[in-house]
Formats: sequence, structure tokens, C-alpha cells
Amino acid sequence: MSARADSSATPVYDSLNAALRADQPIALATVVAGEGIGAKLLVKPGADPIGSLGDPDLDRVVARDALGELEAGLTGTRHYGQHGEARERDVEVFIESFVRQPHMVIFGAVDFTASLGRAAKLLGYRVTVCDAREVFATPQRFPMADEVICDWPDRYLARVGASLGPRDAICVLTHDAKFDVPAIVGALATNVGYLGAMGSRGTHAKRVARLHEEGVTDDELTRVMAPIGLDLGARTPEETAVAICAEIIATRTGRAAPSLRDTDGPIHA
Amino acid sequence: MKEILNDIDRWRAEGQRVAVARVVGLDGSGPRDPGAAMAVSEHGEVAGSVSGGCVEGAVVTEALAVLSGTKDRGVVTFGYSDDEAFAVGLTCGGTIHVFVEPLDW
Repeated sequence: MSARADSSATPVYDSLNAALRADQPIALATVVAGEGIGAKLLVKPGADPIGSLGDPDLDRVVARDALGELEAGLTGTRHYGQHGEARERDVEVFIESFVRQPHMVIFGAVDFTASLGRAAKLLGYRVTVCDAREVFATPQRFPMADEVICDWPDRYLARVGASLGPRDAICVLTHDAKFDVPAIVGALATNVGYLGAMGSRGTHAKRVARLHEEGVTDDELTRVMAPIGLDLGARTPEETAVAICAEIIATRTGRAAPSLRDTDGPIHA
Repeated sequence: MKEILNDIDRWRAEGQRVAVARVVGLDGSGPRDPGAAMAVSEHGEVAGSVSGGCVEGAVVTEALAVLSGTKDRGVVTFGYSDDEAFAVGLTCGGTIHVFVEPLDW
């Protein structure tokens, strides 16, 4: 520590900034009331915390709680004693979890893909477009995508499927049995929170028969939202993208998605 | 927070001091969840938001007061439960608690 402290040094903010830009999970704990107001502890899984709340025991307890909150994706305030005692209220600590972006994987490089990709970016998704056809799977056609992968859906999912969880979505827009059957079979092996497949009711009926042949059970098929999207009467790729994104939100929140005018109760999930 | 990093970094590169306001608590209905963040430069420029536009003006005043040293960092509460001393509230009837601090960490 130099004798003349640099008042513009912001080590906690700098580390937070770098983690957020790299989309790494991290939790920031701030004393918002009580002794040491404003003190910070930045907690990253598998690394030593940065900063201090002013007491080593408090730091230890808050670091542990922050990792738990981060794991659950929760943000909120907790109270502690001066040395981290539970059930005491000397200090109020705001623990903010920064989880990685949710991931949307879109199979099929079609017009609907570009619109859905744009809508997904609006909602904060990291967007991957995957199609086995080299001519169509180009970054030029999907500038909004974070990555464009030219590969078969099942091979792509064999690589990244384990990283997909309840906050992530897979949308199968190929509506060609050659591609969408392996895509859906691969998607069902993941823990993805939303799985939708485009196609008319007729297309989907044929697809269900093909999926049965592949050994997919009716129970597994209940996870597949097909035909994809809410019944908004959507026509254009852009409207369809809204119908799909609305269905993804309603699936996450467990809402039936009527108009708010026709319901009562809290608006926010 | 992520959406305001570019503005914060630009202001700091210009040599400006910056205050950060974050929603740390919410009672009842509120437009933005805890973690919603807003930054204010010492020249009064604004990035981000903490509500649906109801209290941002008042947060700027708080942030500038914190930067100039006339107020200490701390939680400011906006909502109907406040007495008349607070001129601003949330039209949705909720109460939000906003922690306002200089970016000196």
C-alpha cells in the first residue's frame, strides 16, 4: 500500500466490470445500512473474494451466502451481526447476483430465425444459430447471432447440451424431419427450460410419428411446444418471433397468458 | 448494471466522477426488480433506470448531492408510504429502496 492512496482506484468495480463483460457469474455484496456502509465484497466461484465488509468473519459468512445466492440466481438483502452472526441485524447487506446470460439455440437458418434472433437479443439471450447447410448458416445472414454454427443439430447438442439449463431455450425452426427429429431428440436429452418446434399441426403430427419411431415417449413429448408460439394470430416472421418469445416467458412464469384486463392479481411474476 | 458499464467507463475516461444508484428493496408492486441500476455523472448525465420513470429525476438529485458531498451514501426510499416530505412516489403504489453511492470502490 503506498502512503498516498490513489483515490481513483476502483479494484472492486474493475473486477466486476471485467466479469460482466466476459459474461462470468459473480456476486457483489454491499453494506447498505449499519457499520461500514458502502463496503463491498465481490465473490466469484472458485476464486478469492475481492474487497472486504470490514470484518473477516462477516466476510467469510457473506461470501458463503453470496455463492449460494449466485447459484440460485437470487438478489436481495440479508441482515447479519457485526461478525456475521445470523439472527442479528447490525448490518444490512445487499447481495446482487450476476448470472450468465440465458442461451437460445435456434436450429434452422431461415427467415424466421433472423426475426427470432433479434427478439431474443432484445430479451437478453446469447443467440446461437445452427444449421447443417453451409450456404444458409452464415454470419452475414444472421448478424444478430452471437455465433452461427454449421453442423448437424444432434452433433452440436452432443457438444454443448450439458451446458444448457432451465433458463435456456431451444427453438427448432427447420420443419424438415431430416433435421428437426435429431434436433428434438438431442434437445430432450438436455435440461433446457423451453423447447419449441415450428411447423403446422399436420407437420407436427408426422413429426410425432417419426419421434415415436426414434423411441421418444409421449411423456417426453409433453416438453415440446409445437406448433411453436402463443396463439396471437401471428403471420410475419417478426410477429411469429413475438409469439415464440411470449410463449418462452409464459412457460418460465407458469402463466396461461391471457390479457391482464381479463385477470386480477399481481402483474409481475 | 451491465447495460450502464459503457457510459460509466466513458464518463470516467473523461475524468468525471460517477454515482451509482441501485434498487436494493421493493415493497408491493414495482416496475424494476432489485439490482436495477442507474449511473449519474458529475455533469448530470444519466444511464440506466431504477423505476418506470417515476423517480429517476429525484435519484439524479440524490446522486449529485452524494457526489458533491452534501449527502452521505445511503438508502433513499420512494413510495406512497412516505410522508409528504417526499414529493415523488411510484404511480403503481409500490415502494422502492434505492442505495445511492459514489463509484469509489
